[in-house]
Amino acid sequence: MAPAITAEGLVKTFGDVRALDGVDLEVPEGTVLGLLGPNGAGKTTTVRVLTTLLRPDAGRAVVAGVDVLKEPNKVRSLIGLSGQYAAVDEYLTGRENLQMVGELYQMRSRDAKARALELLEWFNLSEAADRPAKTYSGGMRRRLDLAAALVVRPPVMFLDEPTTGLDPRNRMALWEVIETLVEQGTTLLLTTQYLEEADRLAHDIAVVDHGRVIARGSADELKAQIGGERVEIVVHDRDLIGTAVEALTPYAKGEPTIEKHTRRITVPVSGGARVLADVIRELDGRDILIDDIGLRRPTLDDVFLSLTGHAAEQGTETAEDAEAAEDRTVTTGKDA
Amino acid sequence: MTSTTAGAIGTVAPGQRTGLLQAARDSWVVARRNVRRMTRIPEVLVFGLIQPVMFVLLFTYVMGGAITVPGATADPHAYRQYLIPGIFAQTVTFAVAGASAGIAEDMTKGLVDRFRSLPMARGAVLTGRTLADLVQTTLIIVVLAVVAVLIGWRTHTAFWEVICGFLLLLLLGYAFSWIGALIGLSVRSPEAATSAGLVWLFPLTFISNAFVPVSTMPGWLQPVAYWNPFSATVQAVRHLFGNVPAGMVQTAWPMQHAVWVSAGWSILIIALFRTLSVRKYRRANG
Ligand SMILES: Nc1ncnc2c1ncn2[C@@H]1O[C@H](COP(=O)(O)OP(=O)(O)OP(=O)(O)O)[C@@H](O)[C@H]1O
Ligand SMILES: [Mg+2]
Repeated sequence: MAPAITAEGLVKTFGDVRALDGVDLEVPEGTVLGLLGPNGAGKTTTVRVLTTLLRPDAGRAVVAGVDVLKEPNKVRSLIGLSGQYAAVDEYLTGRENLQMVGELYQMRSRDAKARALELLEWFNLSEAADRPAKTYSGGMRRRLDLAAALVVRPPVMFLDEPTTGLDPRNRMALWEVIETLVEQGTTLLLTTQYLEEADRLAHDIAVVDHGRVIARGSADELKAQIGGERVEIVVHDRDLIGTAVEALTPYAKGEPTIEKHTRRITVPVSGGARVLADVIRELDGRDILIDDIGLRRPTLDDVFLSLTGHAAEQGTETAEDAEAAEDRTVTTGKDA
Repeated sequence: MTSTTAGAIGTVAPGQRTGLLQAARDSWVVARRNVRRMTRIPEVLVFGLIQPVMFVLLFTYVMGGAITVPGATADPHAYRQYLIPGIFAQTVTFAVAGASAGIAEDMTKGLVDRFRSLPMARGAVLTGRTLADLVQTTLIIVVLAVVAVLIGWRTHTAFWEVICGFLLLLLLGYAFSWIGALIGLSVRSPEAATSAGLVWLFPLTFISNAFVPVSTMPGWLQPVAYWNPFSATVQAVRHLFGNVPAGMVQTAWPMQHAVWVSAGWSILIIALFRTLSVRKYRRANG
């Protein structure tokens, strides 16, 4: 399959900040690429370059067969964008917003009007269709913005954190919408902080950090890359976290992750259920009371943590120091 | 948002429109959006109306008695006839503030990303804005003209001359909203844009023939006032409305050819500031 999105060596600096430091991407037609990365990694900047909003300092990008730098306006007629922050006119109603977008995609007014109604219904906004967007809740605005990205049903779509701010029901509904679009042949580049979302929607995942793609592959490939199961325990007494980590160290196959406020410790292990039994005996021997213990397969969260040395969500601390993580990630990036 | 209706999505291909026709239509779409916004925030229009009406009343009843216009009769209405065209012209220049604040707001509120990601004509966001401002300016001028007639202002020329006078005013207003566009693009904060749009308007409109005859100013200031593009429009409009005091002699060249000088200035401003603004808009954000 021909790639619908290609980026080669994208570089963008803002003053001293190197937001993009040589990003390479390839998204085959009809597939979904999930772009993961900690805050400030360069996800939004990548999306802005690919959607013609930002000119890179170096590099090349082709979207739907059209060179982004040479023919930006042609690219614009082939893409739909929903940026990280909803771009709707607060003083226009939902219907007027979508109709305007349709008309600016050069649709006939009548078609734009019909399409606006269809999308409003589709995104559960029919009841609010004739209210100014100013009166919308955050999630409603977000949905209106997503609808705007679908007005012409473009072959290539870019969604920057599309489900941030959506309640679980609307998030699930959006996932269904995205799956339907992809079934119909849409190519999608999606950034997200919800690793579950990437796991479910993305065929391929690219992990970005410090403006570089540091790992790439399917969710399963990435999980396999960072190794086997994890033992997860919740210590009853916060003061014993240190002792518990010590107790786990002989079994650990990597750095433990500690969440202080939930008293949760996670360590990569190998050996399955046998190790679990050993760990329980060890903790018991040291009189460390535990509230919960389990063995689980690695999740994308683990991938994220081990690759970037940061947590995907706030409030998680990792025992790894960032430099060690970076050393490792560089090699992972090359292998991928 | 359910998967059953998801299937109903039809293929909608974007139309293929190019060149001037597309530019005109895109500008029209954006202009309509801005006019709609105007109707949803009527305060803006209301304050836009109060300000010039207040000026007319203040100048007429508070300061009018102290200002005598050389060449005019002792008639208490004389200053009014002289003043009103000046207020008209000052009013249209306030389009600067609307355009600069509006565009700064669009640029900061993220909506500009939506526009810039759409296959629309390059200058349409700005042209649409200035056209909507023209609609607003027209409304304000109509109301102001009614107030002026109520307090005794009259025209003394043919109908077509009066129309030409109003068209020159609107042309000046349109030109000034392009200056506002450039300010709005340069400042990028709606609050700063409003003040940046207004500060220089006061010297511009006061160092002119709008409120007092230039001959009453110090000699070194007179050439500045005569060559002020704003003065040309004021003089042209007075001429077209028949509001030039009978005995007033104008020897400065721009005053003798005021209609053409006024139109020329406005067109020059539009050409220059439109080019600069569109270029700046395209380069904004990167
Ligand atoms: N217009 C700008 N001016 C200056 N710096 C910028 C600009 N845009 C982005 N940056 C910087 O570039 C880096 C990458 O930002 P970007 O928005 O791409 O991150 P992100 O991966 O989308 O993060 P998040 O998850 O927080 O959305 C950051 O350090 C940011 O501060
Ligand atoms: Mg971002």
